[in-house]
Amino acid sequence: MAETILRVKQLSKAFSGIKALDNVQLDLKKGEVHALMGENGAGKSTFMKILVGLLAPDSGEMIFEGSHLENSNVSETLKKGISMIHQEMLVIPELTVAQNIFLGREKEVTRRSGWSSLWLDDSEINKKAAELLKQMGVSIDPEARMKFLSVAQMQMVEIAKAISNNAKVIIMDEPTSAISDREVATLFGIIRELKARGVSIIYISHKMDEIFEISDTITVLRDGKYIATKAASELDSNSLIAMMVGREISQMFPESAGNHGEVVLSVHNLSSKGKFSDIHFQVRSGEILGLAGLMGAGRTEIARAIFGLDPLENGEIKIRNLSVRIQSPQDAISKGIGYVSEDRKGWGFIPDMSVADNIILSSLRQHRKGIFIDEKSEELTVNRIISELRIKTSGTDQKAVHLSGGNQQKVVIGKVLLASPEIVILDEPTRGVDVGAKVEIYKLIRNLAEKGIAIIMISSELPEILGMSDRILVLSKGRQTAMLSKEEATQELIMKYAVA
Amino acid sequence: MNEKLNSRYLKSGRYGIFLAFAIICIGLALSTPRFFTVPNLMIIGTQVSINALLAFGVTFVIITGGIDLSLGSMVAVTGVVAATFAHPDTYPLAVPLLAGLGAGLLFGAFNGFVVTKSKVPPFIVTLGTMTIGRGLALILSKGRPVSNLSDPFNFIGGGNVFGIPFPIIILIIAFLVCSVILKKTVLGRYMYAVGGNEPAARASGIGVNRVKIWVYTICGILSALGGILLTSRITTGQPNAGAGFELDAIAAAIIGGTSTSGGTGTMTGTLIGALLIGVISNSLDLLNVTSYYQQVVMGIIIIGAVVLDSAGKKERG
Repeated sequence: MAETILRVKQLSKAFSGIKALDNVQLDLKKGEVHALMGENGAGKSTFMKILVGLLAPDSGEMIFEGSHLENSNVSETLKKGISMIHQEMLVIPELTVAQNIFLGREKEVTRRSGWSSLWLDDSEINKKAAELLKQMGVSIDPEARMKFLSVAQMQMVEIAKAISNNAKVIIMDEPTSAISDREVATLFGIIRELKARGVSIIYISHKMDEIFEISDTITVLRDGKYIATKAASELDSNSLIAMMVGREISQMFPESAGNHGEVVLSVHNLSSKGKFSDIHFQVRSGEILGLAGLMGAGRTEIARAIFGLDPLENGEIKIRNLSVRIQSPQDAISKGIGYVSEDRKGWGFIPDMSVADNIILSSLRQHRKGIFIDEKSEELTVNRIISELRIKTSGTDQKAVHLSGGNQQKVVIGKVLLASPEIVILDEPTRGVDVGAKVEIYKLIRNLAEKGIAIIMISSELPEILGMSDRILVLSKGRQTAMLSKEEATQELIMKYAVA
Repeated sequence: MNEKLNSRYLKSGRYGIFLAFAIICIGLALSTPRFFTVPNLMIIGTQVSINALLAFGVTFVIITGGIDLSLGSMVAVTGVVAATFAHPDTYPLAVPLLAGLGAGLLFGAFNGFVVTKSKVPPFIVTLGTMTIGRGLALILSKGRPVSNLSDPFNFIGGGNVFGIPFPIIILIIAFLVCSVILKKTVLGRYMYAVGGNEPAARASGIGVNRVKIWVYTICGILSALGGILLTSRITTGQPNAGAGFELDAIAAAIIGGTSTSGGTGTMTGTLIGALLIGVISNSLDLLNVTSYYQQVVMGIIIIGAVVLDSAGKKERG
């Protein structure tokens, strides 16, 4: 048994009386990848913030390499060897890669003192950064400005920074949420390398398949409480989900009744320069068409073009066999298309507006008397949607930003539904959503299809695509490479066409 | 209804400004007996009216995430235009009024049009039109004040109805209309949506550009109303009038809780903001504080209001 590098005991933290962490424990071994699992709000991020010194715990103890960890500030914990790679990449875009890696440590690295330390000379840090990146086996120019890097490259830079800090523990918060599958493979290679060198990784992710691929040990939190720590080999995804949600989920994906009507939407020859070309497909009423592919395959771009957010260069869109031109989302909505964006915060809802105002936003024109809002009919409609979609909110006037991810998503779906669409495009409908809420959203999507809506669902999660779709369109680099039926589709087959 | 509004307001944590206003008023009433007298309150109301009108206008604009720096210049242009048609025994009263309001409408619509079509930040667009407007006012008046205005026209800024100065009546009507637009109409709701998250508003099918053109146009009309009031009160159309008015108006909106990043704000807040500015300068007058110090005090209050507001936000998490 490997030695323990970090032991956390009875850690508790409350925010204005509400317990975010309640007697949490962790036993991190040297050189292991330890997954921290739990739904949103389970306390994972609070826990990690305490570990790196961003928050102070109310009680409990943390023993790092045999001595007590008094986490007062971040630079202190960094020096001791605990680094965190944040999900939102806390980097300075205008500085170079090397400058970012050695930010705040320029003097130590260049070993200058006195007056000469006031002048910065980048040649030394550039050389060191180049060495570091080479060691990791990634090719990134240390003199490139950070803002020109892809998310995956930024991540590598952050890891290089952690290594240069002699990190013994690296915390990775959803490192794969915004990178492509190929980049994930590179990341995992580096994680294994770090592991071999005795670095311990605390790995946070919602993606089950990844967790089982990379982690040795899994600790589960639920509602701020410690549930269990188990070897990854003792668990499978069903038992893990049951631990996270606190109940058995018998069926992740609802059955399809298979009643498909006539073709509602068909597209021919769709092209947009540099994004996608020659896309053909059709969707029937009651059918769910899955769009699969790697990140950057052009799935979201196709959806945005159909919804009128981006211009089309070429091609024809037909709704119920009538050729239509869609020039704006306003157009699209009036022609019966609804779109739930992958970027919920950016394109989905208005954070400072209430739940009610968000739900009614696309259909406000149907709830008015002259120029005035008809508050009575608004309220009735909003309440109907809240109960139909089972949105958990403290009231209709709660701000949307304070809801959980799953409930925010339901608000967006509710808004789209109120505009009475015939076609709904759902782009990554369960991104950042808890397992429990995922199941509800799957049910909701299936219900919409059963009501006769034609559905296009984009997803990067293969189990989701396989579980929900009646047919699957696979894209690769902007071209469509396969149309698979539910019966013939497998993960391997989809991947084969996705990289074709 | 009122209670519902109030509780909503309290929930949003924006009551600090009401409290501050009430405390300052009580303090003043106790320290200077002249403060809480009907004539003095009428003076404050009249003095506040123009700034409040402009502040209502710019509140709409700021809620959508924009800004309008051309308010002061619009006051001058519309004032000069109105005055040109307001000489005695020329046109009926409606002509100068409609001409002034029409000028404001066109100017505002132009602002909105350029902001939406050029994609240049509104700060820069309206910085440009601020200078253009000032130039237009000087061109139209040939650089000279336009005086000799008719009695009916001068009544607007100087007259009383049942002992209440006419500007106060205009102020109250404008406040009610603006509040209703913001809270009760589809357009008002869209303003919050556009300022709260423009991409999401667009994806929800809202004609974002149309909403923006509307708010700048409304802002232009309210500035024209301010321009007409000012011209009537000083009985001349001054091409140099209104310089710096935009800053007082923006200050009133911000003190009243309108966030410069868009998406939040209320007319009640802006009205209180404008009244607070008016009350403070009035009381500093009563206390014989020179106008130099008044500016320092005003600046501190603006910053203080925003600090208070963001502290409240943090507390709410």
